[in-house]
Amino acid sequence: MSDMINIKINGMDFAAPKGSTILEAARLANITIPTLCFLKEINAIGACRICVVEANEGRGFRTVAACVYPITEGMEIRTNTPAIIESRKKTLELILSNHDRKCLSCVRSKNCELQALANDLGIEFEGKYDGETQNYDIDYSAAHMYRDNNKCILCRRCVAVCEKTQGIGVIGANERGFKTHISSAFEMGLGDTSCVSCGQCINVCPTGALSEKDFTSEIIAAIADPSKKVVVQTAPSVRAGLGECFGMPIGTNVEGKMVAALRRLGFDCVFDTNFTADLTILEEGTELIERVKNGGKLPMITSCSPGWVKYCEHYYPDCIDNLSSCKSPQQMFGAVLKTYYAEKMGWDPKDIVSVSIMPCTAKKFEMGRDDQNAAGVADIDYAITTRELGRMIDRAGINFADLPEEKFDDPLGIFSGAGLIFGATGGVMEAALRFAVEELTGEKLNGEKLDFKEVRGTEGVKEASYNVNGLEIKVAVASGLANAKKIMDKVRSGEADYTFVEIMACPGGCVNGGGQPIVPASVRNFTDVRSLRAKALYDQDAAMELRKSQDNPAVKALYDEYLEKPGSHKAHEILHTSYVARKINKDFD
Amino acid sequence: MGMIKAAVPFNGTKEQEAELCAIIAELKDTRGALMPVMQKAQDIYGYLPIEVQTMIAEGLNVPLEKVYGVATFYSQFSLNPKGKYRISVCLGTACYVKGSGDIYEKLQEKLGIGDGGCTPDGKFSLEACRCIGACGLAPVLTVNDDVFGRLTVDDVDSILAKYAD
Repeated sequence: MSDMINIKINGMDFAAPKGSTILEAARLANITIPTLCFLKEINAIGACRICVVEANEGRGFRTVAACVYPITEGMEIRTNTPAIIESRKKTLELILSNHDRKCLSCVRSKNCELQALANDLGIEFEGKYDGETQNYDIDYSAAHMYRDNNKCILCRRCVAVCEKTQGIGVIGANERGFKTHISSAFEMGLGDTSCVSCGQCINVCPTGALSEKDFTSEIIAAIADPSKKVVVQTAPSVRAGLGECFGMPIGTNVEGKMVAALRRLGFDCVFDTNFTADLTILEEGTELIERVKNGGKLPMITSCSPGWVKYCEHYYPDCIDNLSSCKSPQQMFGAVLKTYYAEKMGWDPKDIVSVSIMPCTAKKFEMGRDDQNAAGVADIDYAITTRELGRMIDRAGINFADLPEEKFDDPLGIFSGAGLIFGATGGVMEAALRFAVEELTGEKLNGEKLDFKEVRGTEGVKEASYNVNGLEIKVAVASGLANAKKIMDKVRSGEADYTFVEIMACPGGCVNGGGQPIVPASVRNFTDVRSLRAKALYDQDAAMELRKSQDNPAVKALYDEYLEKPGSHKAHEILHTSYVARKINKDFD
Repeated sequence: MGMIKAAVPFNGTKEQEAELCAIIAELKDTRGALMPVMQKAQDIYGYLPIEVQTMIAEGLNVPLEKVYGVATFYSQFSLNPKGKYRISVCLGTACYVKGSGDIYEKLQEKLGIGDGGCTPDGKFSLEACRCIGACGLAPVLTVNDDVFGRLTVDDVDSILAKYAD
């Protein structure tokens, strides 16, 4: 076992893999060393000094940062001495001295890493070192979120995820010393930058400094208004994440309880975005086949992820013609709801309040885009995150864990497994392949042939090639925008000759979206969250009878009764949209 | 907060831009090019307004925030041009205990600018400095090469009046 290194942790002998940090080795020995700034792979900066431990490499015990300090043969480590506890406490008390401690009204109360740490360390008086404090204005300029620097502890996790995971870097540390703060260039509001609204910064924030704009009160008011028909749709990934808001294990599929909760919240209809995910496959698949047959712009790239779409507009404005003209499933749903379904029910579209529950913050930006109003009114009135739904359920006093399993309403709640797996990276691709292969060969796909495993999994970039009736279809799948860049540079240069590309802004796809329940770093650093959540979707798909979008009877009825056929003139009016070229840095005025 | 705008309109020339572009082209593929490019840019323009920082960001293919973060971290970089008269108030220990902080505040109030700022007419710029080696004269400020010592807050008006032209 030459790959193992012998160490002593708190007096106990232990062996850990070579190359481990003290933090990782201790974790294997079932000891969690507290951290604040550390984020695996992207933010190992050893800055916050909360993870300090005593380590002896033969020259006596020294205090080191466990998150970045590698173990060596024979090293003795002490994680829990009075001096170490005192050091962590003092560091935390100093951080708290310039922290806006309004925990009672903070959105992250009960789920705040700073608050948890203060409890764990036994902080007795949070104002011990009170002195001069900074007083920052809150930045509300972005459509999807706000930043309250008074609650920021300068861990830089948001900066790391924006720059490294997403390759964007619109936020960073400005000024120095006591004036250091996280902001954008020239203190411009986030809404004026090339921020794509992915919300990954919110997911990694240990405190309440970053949060989505909350629409829950508006929705509760709409539900209470008898003149409104309040209709809700839920994205595929919400069922794979929502349970975490109520203490359930990561990857628990809570579809039935979620439907029951939405009904008890008072929504008039509980529908599923999966329905329009199926619809997207028919529209997008038809668009793809037409582009292939008629020499249209290739590769065609998916347009479901509004974070990706905005990224493309800012960073690859020369490639916006590659984007499918299909609206995202959220927007298609709102459009179908306020046209087809409103007509069917005899409702005035103006009386409908269209609510979506999304694992995503960029959906809040997307709903306000141009050309997203099929019935002359906005397709979507409120897009809220999985977290906001969790809050609504808590506020209504619904005992989520004890709810019965209920089914979505018909007809816009009928969906196939293909629509369901949209939530995981590669899912849209697989759903599209299940359609395109049948369409091009005329043969029915069944059983194992429905599984396109090459495009599954959480790798950042996946490529595959399929020979369909002599036609070679080359596909690529990317999630996380730094990964998207790798593919897009090849598309732009002409180096790659893909037919169809799926890109999702968030790493792992929507299951790991910026609106999903926040997983503290202590779990996130050691758990493959995105795979666990994705598994919930793939398992459900595998158990379903209806696994192809083209077999969805409600989608067929929608075409028969209203849209005629995929790609029809009417379908284009209602289900398709357009994009705008944007700049990275705005023009000077 | 609100976006920070330069007090004085940018009026860079084509020649300055060509010079900066040449430096960016030369250093583009060098590791750690950002700081040297920013230093040269400041030599060329005298300061680093958003127009110049954007040229650097786009030239080096780095986010504008990265450039701005560095520009505001190091005191060697300035977001504003220097005025015709550069006022520098010593906030070193000796001057500070003798009340230079109040003088500095009075100047900010009179000129309507903050630390590192420049008046819109381009006449006065203001900055704090640390010890100019004239502690015996504390508190001290300089206007270009003129030194003023043993000051009180009441001296501020008369000093500014000397530079009325």
